[in-house]
Amino acid sequence: MSEELFKAMAQSIIDGDSEEADRLARLAIEQGIDPLEAINKGFVVGVNHVGNEFSCGNAFLPELVMAGEAMKAAVAALEPEMARRGTAREVLGKVVLATIHGDIHDIGKTLVGTMLSAAGFQVFDLGVDVPVETIVQKAREVGADIVGVSALLTTTMVRQRDVVEALDDLGMRPKVKIMVGGAPVTREWVQEIGADGYSEDAIGAVQVARRLVSDARATSAA
Amino acid sequence: MQPKITLLSDELVQRVLDEAYELMMEPGIKVQSAEARQLLAEAGCAVDEASEVARIPRKVGEEALSSAPGQFYLYDRLDRAVVNYGGDAVHFDPGSSGVHVLDLETLEHRPSFTQDLVRIVKLAEMLPQYDAQSTAVVCNEVPKAIGDLYRLYLVLLYSTKPIVTGAFSIPTLQRMIDMLAIFAGGRQALAEKPQAVFDVCPSPPLIWSDFGAQNLIELARARVPAQMVSMPLAGAAAPVTLIGAVVQHAAECISGVVIHQLAQPGAPIVWGGAPAIFDMRKGTTPMGAIETAMIDAAYAQVGKALGLPTHTYLCASDAKLIDAQAGLESGVTALVGALAGINMISGAGMLDFLACFSPEKLVIDAEAIAMAKRLLAGVQTPTETLATAMFEGINFKGEFLKQKVTRQLFAKEQYLPSAVIDRGSVRAWQEEGKPDAMMRARQRVHELLGAYQPPSMPEEQMTELSQMTLRLAQQAGMDHLPSHE
Repeated sequence: MSEELFKAMAQSIIDGDSEEADRLARLAIEQGIDPLEAINKGFVVGVNHVGNEFSCGNAFLPELVMAGEAMKAAVAALEPEMARRGTAREVLGKVVLATIHGDIHDIGKTLVGTMLSAAGFQVFDLGVDVPVETIVQKAREVGADIVGVSALLTTTMVRQRDVVEALDDLGMRPKVKIMVGGAPVTREWVQEIGADGYSEDAIGAVQVARRLVSDARATSAA
Repeated sequence: MQPKITLLSDELVQRVLDEAYELMMEPGIKVQSAEARQLLAEAGCAVDEASEVARIPRKVGEEALSSAPGQFYLYDRLDRAVVNYGGDAVHFDPGSSGVHVLDLETLEHRPSFTQDLVRIVKLAEMLPQYDAQSTAVVCNEVPKAIGDLYRLYLVLLYSTKPIVTGAFSIPTLQRMIDMLAIFAGGRQALAEKPQAVFDVCPSPPLIWSDFGAQNLIELARARVPAQMVSMPLAGAAAPVTLIGAVVQHAAECISGVVIHQLAQPGAPIVWGGAPAIFDMRKGTTPMGAIETAMIDAAYAQVGKALGLPTHTYLCASDAKLIDAQAGLESGVTALVGALAGINMISGAGMLDFLACFSPEKLVIDAEAIAMAKRLLAGVQTPTETLATAMFEGINFKGEFLKQKVTRQLFAKEQYLPSAVIDRGSVRAWQEEGKPDAMMRARQRVHELLGAYQPPSMPEEQMTELSQMTLRLAQQAGMDHLPSHE
């Protein structure tokens, strides 16, 4: 029986239908289904499907964003039950996101945040025009695994280096990984400032983030 | 509201018609078919047999125009009316009768063969921008005697779309009509639901050759749509002024309608053409010139004023490669034709004054056509308020991506181009090996041909078609048909 429900859950994400995702999440609770199962066997399947379709060029940004929103709605509905059961969705990692000081472009950054949360990261989005100190403070406060800094302008992109240096100075690296993003960012720039990763698009960012946290765990284990 | 351009005032359209009728009386129209001259004489035209000149009075012209239908549909072989020859409906088909194809490896313009036509037909079948097929390139390994019907045979094997075609002899024309009738269920059924139009060309200036006029008569009697392709060359085989070329076009086409309607009143006929200006430096006939497109838009306006379906030749280029010239000439002229509301626009895929066909250009032109069609669809108002409702909850944040309405409408508001159009970042482009439009087009051709599925048509019809074609090929001296797999 729950197989069909899981399918419907995935479909609600593919359709980007937040109300339906919310309804199915509540239905799962009523039926006594483990919320983690609902997420992993149901909703996440939909997120992955939309992500793959997007990567192939068959799905588009509105579908991707709506899928992320529907995922958010589903997880929100399941959270009280997870708390009651004393379980929690496995957090892949904590990510602090911000558009750098002087820059107010946040469409790309917000999209990355949406996709990261849908994939299971805990995201702290500080918004736009964020001073370096604020980013660093937040990273320390929450024990971030990743700090993501975006910039659309070449003039503000240079401040991504300030974030790298500040985290270095405070001795927070290499535990905290730094991802940079934005239209002018290149692989060469990432190397030049000593950041840890960047990606072409929001789906790629999720892959990079996964790789960075698993690398970090492998290193700390060794 | 479909956006439109009109280049002529109503008054100027009337002057064009007045002078066209004057030309039809003085010097008159040279009609080289005895049967056509007889029809004209019986209708009250003064015919001089020695000079083969017919003087066609305005009254005769107006009568013929009034009996010609203002609209007809072309059907695909699944019985769907997919091409509307009428009003301001706009359709595109690939260019016709190229003799070369552009080889991307060597950049040679080499002779075209069966395999080339098959590839082009498959691509046009896969691309929704093309509402009709054409018999796009000559198959040089096949004897000329059966070349036209052989091309139609290949199109019928690989496509179900309607076809813009033509014949260069009357016996061939009759066989081609028979081929189409196999699928329509007989000649009568074909007349009721035509699946092809046949191009018929007057010879500039003001001449209907024996073959051209006879072609009109035979098509009219078969009630298979005829498409007049009048080709005034402004400055060489027509007056140098654009408007002068339009007058000549009108005289040639009205006289064509007269011959056609005298043979069979009410048979469908299209006000079409492939004019060009004459390049005064090189002595060539540029299809990509803006003035060529202007003559087309202007004569189409005259045809519309007469209430006839329209056709022209645009979206082609005179470049020899798939380069910036090819892109800009094809794109700009496609747009002019679309804005002029011309029912069928032939020419996509073609280079070098319509001599050379490029499958890669066909997929690039499909993008230009999609853009032109998007423009024609106009600025829509799909929501109750134009914008205010969409600002609910926005609170000065750029979060319209999260709105349901964005997801619902983006693919209607925006044409989503294929990968031929590069809208990625410079990094992605670098990582893909810095492809240009030609390389991206080559990739798309490869993908489309890989995904192509042949149409499933009734076995006995396909067998009949193949047997008929083989018989005709054998009569022309071939012992077997070339491989087309």
